[in-house]
Amino acid sequence: MKTIHVSTTVNGDAAEFICGPDESLLDVLRNRLGLTGAKEGCGTGDCGACSVMLDGRLVCSCLVLGAEAEGVTVDTIEGLAEGDHLHPLQQSFIDHAALQCGVCTPGILVAAKALLDRNPDPTETEVRYWLAGNLCRCTGYDKIIHAVMDAAKTMRAA
Amino acid sequence: MVAVVIWGSLRRFTDGQGEVEVEARNFKELMEALSARYPGLKPQIERGVSLALDGRIYREAWFTEIGPDSEVVLMPYMAGG
Amino acid sequence: MALDNTGQRVFKVVGTRPPRPDGVDKVTGRALYGADMSAPGMLVAHILRSPHAHAEIVSIDTSAAEALQGVKAVVTAADFTPQEDEYLDDILVNCLARDKVLYDGHAVAAVAATSADVAKAALKLIKVEYRKLPHVTDVDAAMRPDAPIVQSGRSLETVPEGMSENVTSHCEFGHGDLEAGFAKADLIIERSFTTAATHQGYIEPHACLATMGADGKGDLWCCTQGQYNVRSICADLLGIEASQLRVTASEIGGGFGGKTTVFIEPVALALSRKSGRPVKIVMSRSEVFLATGPTVSSSTDVKIGMTKDGRITAGQAHLRYSGGAFPCGTVDMGAQAAFAAYDLEAVQTLGWNALTNRPKEAAYRAPGAPQAIYAVESVVDELCQQLGLDPLEVRLKNAARKGTKSSYGPTFDDIGLMATLEAAKAHPHYSAPLGENQGRGLSAGFWFNFGGNTCVTLNVNTDGTVGITEGNPDIGGSRAAISQMAAEELGIPYDKIRTIVADTSSLGHNDVTDGSRVTFSVGLATIKAARDAISKMCSRAAQIWGIDEEAVVWEDGAACPAGPNAGKFPPMTLAEIAAVSFNTGGPIAGHYEFNADGAGVSFGVHLVDVEVDRETGGTKVLRYTVFQDAGKAVHPSYVEGQMQGGAVQGIGWALNEEYIYGEDGRLQNPGFLDYRIPVASDLPKIDTVILEIPNPGHPYGVRGVGETPIVPPLAALSNAVSRAIGKRLHSLPMSPPRILKALSEA
Ligand code: FES
Ligand code: FES
Repeated sequence: MKTIHVSTTVNGDAAEFICGPDESLLDVLRNRLGLTGAKEGCGTGDCGACSVMLDGRLVCSCLVLGAEAEGVTVDTIEGLAEGDHLHPLQQSFIDHAALQCGVCTPGILVAAKALLDRNPDPTETEVRYWLAGNLCRCTGYDKIIHAVMDAAKTMRAA
Repeated sequence: MVAVVIWGSLRRFTDGQGEVEVEARNFKELMEALSARYPGLKPQIERGVSLALDGRIYREAWFTEIGPDSEVVLMPYMAGG
Repeated sequence: MALDNTGQRVFKVVGTRPPRPDGVDKVTGRALYGADMSAPGMLVAHILRSPHAHAEIVSIDTSAAEALQGVKAVVTAADFTPQEDEYLDDILVNCLARDKVLYDGHAVAAVAATSADVAKAALKLIKVEYRKLPHVTDVDAAMRPDAPIVQSGRSLETVPEGMSENVTSHCEFGHGDLEAGFAKADLIIERSFTTAATHQGYIEPHACLATMGADGKGDLWCCTQGQYNVRSICADLLGIEASQLRVTASEIGGGFGGKTTVFIEPVALALSRKSGRPVKIVMSRSEVFLATGPTVSSSTDVKIGMTKDGRITAGQAHLRYSGGAFPCGTVDMGAQAAFAAYDLEAVQTLGWNALTNRPKEAAYRAPGAPQAIYAVESVVDELCQQLGLDPLEVRLKNAARKGTKSSYGPTFDDIGLMATLEAAKAHPHYSAPLGENQGRGLSAGFWFNFGGNTCVTLNVNTDGTVGITEGNPDIGGSRAAISQMAAEELGIPYDKIRTIVADTSSLGHNDVTDGSRVTFSVGLATIKAARDAISKMCSRAAQIWGIDEEAVVWEDGAACPAGPNAGKFPPMTLAEIAAVSFNTGGPIAGHYEFNADGAGVSFGVHLVDVEVDRETGGTKVLRYTVFQDAGKAVHPSYVEGQMQGGAVQGIGWALNEEYIYGEDGRLQNPGFLDYRIPVASDLPKIDTVILEIPNPGHPYGVRGVGETPIVPPLAALSNAVSRAIGKRLHSLPMSPPRILKALSEA
């Protein structure tokens, strides 16, 4: 199968890769760029563990082709902290024990940031519906919702 | 002698008794004595049994001492998730 | 080790909520899970699976696949030696089918190739000739005399004569005179229930990376609840020595019991041995549903008698479980747990396990208990409804307590059920008003909890910090709890300690992370290892001071002379002793190895309010409160997390989750779209109330907490729905179509 050459921007840095025409962005990130923060929980768009931002839009990277990254920006969990400075959401997840196994956490953090970027003051119901595409089997979501609400408050105060 | 309570489905191998008496000072001796006295219990004992001693469950420890007045209950080997 | 009862112990670190040591790794995407590891020259393997529920394998021809460019190895059952031990052989046959395929999705062959595309293409070139056999997927159908036989010759001596060959085991528990008990009852209710098989649903699919040379030396990286267990099983199945196989547990993306066995690991090792290259296998989600362990499906009859004033006079349950295509002992656990919450004069439970053409059961949180307790708690609730009694009062009246002869035999020591029920009764949730189409449900739950084999090494570093090496994968914050207990014991700050999870070559055997055992057993070993290190540090201080070892005690992180006769020396802190350790005898370390017993049973009570939409049949959970005895909550946030997570898994089981099989015996919903687990918008806040009734078998009073919370939700939800719509459902899940059907049968 003919491979495709793609030039893109990942977490602010220029990146290039070649991929198969049917290769998902998730596979490219994990297998070609060494960014294993995004996880594959299903590969069918049902779990949100693979969530990344594509040109500022929240997507399931398992449903996006690698080739679609051409000329756009991709933001992943690896780009959320600034150097050794955690994003308030990351800090809040640690403070609120909002993760148990943590495998859903990268996807949920990316999704939660996307929410707070567009709505800095969401209600609990809004958070619950926004995150309805991100499965977590460990926590029962309670502490996750708490952590997001609290991070939003911190960010509004900043 | 210690009185050992066994579970119901094993009664067919102990002449219908739900409680049997054997000479044993610890878990290992208890299993050996039960197997010797009631050979029908042997397959289950080999597959695994737990021992509840005064309400506390022991899964493997052979040399768990059994006092003369202890409450001794044989249970299937316990498995969790 | 018994509870420290030397005055009421005041804890400094235990009971606080410090950040978990692996937190930053996990929020930055840096933590490495099963699928996140690669090796130079690595091959990728895929697995060919049966399209039939039940069929004989007439022949397998792998030659075309082997000839494909890029294919480096192909394995089938023929590459493995059958095991004498039935337990091991079942695991092997489940990894790769031998003569028959026993369920839809059963693995038949595996291919390792230079890329996933090549491996998948090669699977299509494998020719398997099947001869289809009749199948059975329902437990009751499988027990009928004329049912298709899934496997022959697997019945234990405990099975009564004349039953279908599918029945592999039978058990009976209980005590007292049932007939006399039922004769005393004013009302007897007898009902039958079914529960669907559900999957643990961990978000991380099984994954492993195996490297093995022709010399029989191997390395395996995998997501597992127990690296030592993986090592011993794989070593046996591959015919190598345990010492030559090093297994490293990756970070684990959930397990809940489902990662206590192996599915792909021996296959990857065999492919690696054959190809001489590292081999990675990552399951897809549909493979996880098709071929890894769901819990048992069940069919149960329960009969309970009660007096007018709410005293239970006798209880009886018949439990029929199926653990899929292989013998399974889970029904024993269910039969023992069914009536554990009650103090009964007469009780009897009978259990049978039957083979069906379904995947091999794997443990799922409190295996066997939720199904049995669902049925019992439903009948108790119906008795309360019919007799006009308060369900909480009735449970208080009949609750098991210290001195109760339990339904499974032993007499209970200190248990927390009464306290838990009292807490539920006093909670505002219990008396809050309800609206139309709303109902409140209540259920108690129980789990045994285990200890098990455990090793801990605690190294005192020369800069006054401490490293702990333990051998149980951290599923939900255990590294934090273990560090806390070490800090408590040593009297040093939490952040001076780092706890790591060892590979199988770095520490002695540790049992699987299961049975709610880790905080209890590893915690206990950590406390003992700390005490070992403390006694060594005290002896170093005694040496320095030139006094007797016995004249030194450990207080607040420092060695101190004990009493006036020991002489006057300022305390020497851990850091000070560690700093000169090279001069006083060398490095200081504490160790402890043991087989822990005395885990202490655990009880919980759940309260739930639901509202049922009569148009759609949908059930909305409005309010949920979990009450549970944790003995002592080491890190309360993670205890709450266990309670909340378990409750929500139970809610999923009660309302939506089920394995659905077609007429053809094939699984119809192997994906998260059709196998629907609860999402954030389905749920309200899950409130938690932690009770602390110390476990007499632990110095801090710790009890396991992880499993009990999945037990009560099934009946709690069913009881709530029944009260909301005035009709009782007897099957789980109570999916909208089932509720609509119940409503239409007015
Ligand atoms: S892996 Fe992409 S949504 Fe599940
Ligand atoms: S923390 Fe395990 S899936 Fe969310």
